[in-house]
Amino acid sequence: MGSARVVVTGVGAVSPLGLSADQTWAGLCAGRCGIARIRAFDPTGMPCELAGEVPEYRIQDHVPKTHRKATKLMCRDIELAVMAAREAIADSGLVTKGIDPERVNIDPTRMAVNIGAGMIGCDMTELAPAAGASATNGRFDIGKWGKQGLELITPLWLLKYLPNMLACHISIIHDIQGPSNTITCAEASAHLAIGEAAQVIARGDADIALTGGAETKVHPLLLVRQFLLHRMTAWRDAPEAACRPFDADARGSIFGEGAAMVVLENIDHARKRGARILAELVGVGLSHSINPAYERLEPDGKGLQIAMEKAMEDAGIGPEELDLVIPHGTGIPQDDRAEARAIAAALGPAVRKVPVWPTKSMLSTTGAASGALDLVAAVRAITEGVIPAARNFARPADGCDLNIATSPRQGGIRHALCCSYTHGGQTAALVVKRFEGDGR
Amino acid sequence: MRTPKKYERVVITGMGIVCPLGNGVEAMWEGILAGRSSADRTTVFDASTFPTTFDAEVKNYNLAEFVKDVRLHKGCSRGGGFAVGAAAQACRQAGIEIETAEPGDGIDRTRLGIYLGAGEGSLDNEGFFGCLIAGWNVQEGRMAWDRLIASVLRHFNATRELEQEPNMAAAHIAVLTGARGPARSCLTACAASTQAVGEAMMMIRRGHADAIVAGGAHSMIHPLGVTGFNRLTALSRRNDSPKTASRPFCASRDGFLIGEGAAMLVLESLSSAQRRGVKILAEMVGYGSSSDAFRVTDMHEEGRGPVQAMRKALADAGLTYKDIDYINAHGTSTQENDSIETLAIKTVFGERAGQVPVSSVKSMMGHLIGAAGAAELITCVLAIRDNIVPPTINLVDPDPKLDLDYVPNAARRMPVNVAMDESFGFGGQNNVVIVKRWEAENL
Repeated sequence: MGSARVVVTGVGAVSPLGLSADQTWAGLCAGRCGIARIRAFDPTGMPCELAGEVPEYRIQDHVPKTHRKATKLMCRDIELAVMAAREAIADSGLVTKGIDPERVNIDPTRMAVNIGAGMIGCDMTELAPAAGASATNGRFDIGKWGKQGLELITPLWLLKYLPNMLACHISIIHDIQGPSNTITCAEASAHLAIGEAAQVIARGDADIALTGGAETKVHPLLLVRQFLLHRMTAWRDAPEAACRPFDADARGSIFGEGAAMVVLENIDHARKRGARILAELVGVGLSHSINPAYERLEPDGKGLQIAMEKAMEDAGIGPEELDLVIPHGTGIPQDDRAEARAIAAALGPAVRKVPVWPTKSMLSTTGAASGALDLVAAVRAITEGVIPAARNFARPADGCDLNIATSPRQGGIRHALCCSYTHGGQTAALVVKRFEGDGR
Repeated sequence: MRTPKKYERVVITGMGIVCPLGNGVEAMWEGILAGRSSADRTTVFDASTFPTTFDAEVKNYNLAEFVKDVRLHKGCSRGGGFAVGAAAQACRQAGIEIETAEPGDGIDRTRLGIYLGAGEGSLDNEGFFGCLIAGWNVQEGRMAWDRLIASVLRHFNATRELEQEPNMAAAHIAVLTGARGPARSCLTACAASTQAVGEAMMMIRRGHADAIVAGGAHSMIHPLGVTGFNRLTALSRRNDSPKTASRPFCASRDGFLIGEGAAMLVLESLSSAQRRGVKILAEMVGYGSSSDAFRVTDMHEEGRGPVQAMRKALADAGLTYKDIDYINAHGTSTQENDSIETLAIKTVFGERAGQVPVSSVKSMMGHLIGAAGAAELITCVLAIRDNIVPPTINLVDPDPKLDLDYVPNAARRMPVNVAMDESFGFGGQNNVVIVKRWEAENL
């Protein structure tokens, strides 16, 4: 049996703070907020007109010439995923077909792809003319839709919106022929995908995996869904103060978009090619919240606590060995309180000293991308030796007694834990460790 | 990450199904053995003007027949509701207690997982399209966002919106069973539930869980789903004869028959199953996954992805192509799939290709999309149990280019010890699992 050690050799990110991991990390360090009034559509009339949107880009600049035609089949979630994937692979020093077809240095059948994806919202302006042609006295007439409306839908329409198409485009661009999976567990998707990709490598089914998550929630229907589920703040003041994880003035979350990908690699494979190793993925823990009020985390956060405990156990460490926790922390008061309880229970007395750094005050809640953005942030915190300051945290909310700092903390970070959960209940936690050669 | 001290063998201890052929494993199997088609006119919505006017629907389904407290699941989407019923059946057979805070079945709930290949919930169609109509400014050909937003805020319902999300079927199964082990839901199109079962097997094998409720749930029988497939020209349009429309491997095949349903299996480590003394239905021995990495719209001409997935599954099981007694094909009844799948089987099975029976139960139950692979795996387990291979019905005009033994039109009695189940998804995900007869001498 080969080595089960899995390392991170590349990262990529597209977020409301920038179009690269560098820009995203610089924004987090500066405490910048990526939340502003929605630009994707006119949000007048929305209960909250704010979102975290990524800066403008041209997708043609981010795909190889051979794939430019296929960008017509990309919805925004796919575009974001493709951009972050390219950056992560380039960062790893691996050369795939999508980086340079003349210098490929991977075995395509030994590379896996595992992406966390959301339930993609269809482009409303694309469907509306067909719906409009199917109206009788202002009401939807399905008989007309079947005859006329349907014909107005572009033939390949469905292929834009299947969640597995993120992985599909990435696998085609980079010629990744190994195992491919798409995890659709809302905001836990990325951690679940990354954890599985690490297992795929550990069990020997691949040497390399491109893994992470991508989603846009900046869509009128998806945002209204969050509002109806009482997850969205109706904040009317300064946009940059709207999302306040664990803060006493929190009123709900702000939703956004993004993508983040990492290249995971079997340590022997990475060493053999002389790769720069950024960190080691040492722990994966998964569980489930059980709450018949499905849209809320159970009040004692039990399912999240179990996931964190399992991740630490898998890593072979105790809570006192953690130097950073990046929580899910959305700014939804009930969920933050449940999460704070889970963290306190999982960490025990160490909860008083382990730094907790929520990121969604700056990045917003980016659905299936959020866990991957947090992992990239954790890897950067480890390699840079700094935990940036928390934003929008003035006074802890009741029941949220965590060690959240409003100024940056310098110092060596050996172990960092990120966690996430879904409405519905899937929970996940990952532990990453500073790479220290063979010292384990 | 910890390296497992030993690998666990993985067995199947429970199965449950809700599908167009029946709401229970035996009802479904009876339909298969009789070679019955479940196709009929679409009733879920009015499809009378659609290019395809028929489908394969779950009929007479009542969740209360399977669970006591239906209130906890009353908001379920169509597919999610099927999932709960199928999971309840599978747990009951495996002796896993459901709907109790204090289970006495000997399974530690932090070691009981869930892995589904599950799809989206169905939209509130009237509401959704109504909002689009309200928002669309026909004269100017643009969206009036404020009108759309106002309409959506007025018409959308919170529970329905929540249950749209594909992870919700797994959430309901967690509430049903109390499972707090690893839980995932994946959506790799038509290969999703084979992938779920395969990955679940790997997790148990490597000690991440003792038992996992694994399978799939999906209903794409809603106007947007059917529209999408119709536009791709993937659905059969044999409106004058729905029951003969799904005709895998025929020269005259013209697309698939859309179905719906849920299929669940309880996968368990051998040591847990033996400790609990539950009946073992079969052993899961192999899993292979691959990606075509070819085109968004088409399968690779030589089926390189399916070939790789089959070979990986065989290698994982420590078997060769000579050991497979039966192949449960993806067999969708589309021109492309059936030719390329045939070619891929020939590549892997070489000179034995014509001798191994290959059949498609999609000829009878239709294509359950995300749930298809798990449903088909259940038929493999039953084929082994009863030594009967399911038929491919409607094989009336064999395609001269396709020359495998497709078990035409009638189930066949023959010894079956090892069966291979294959699923290929739009976009190029290929998943293959291998299941084997359980006998004490397997030890």
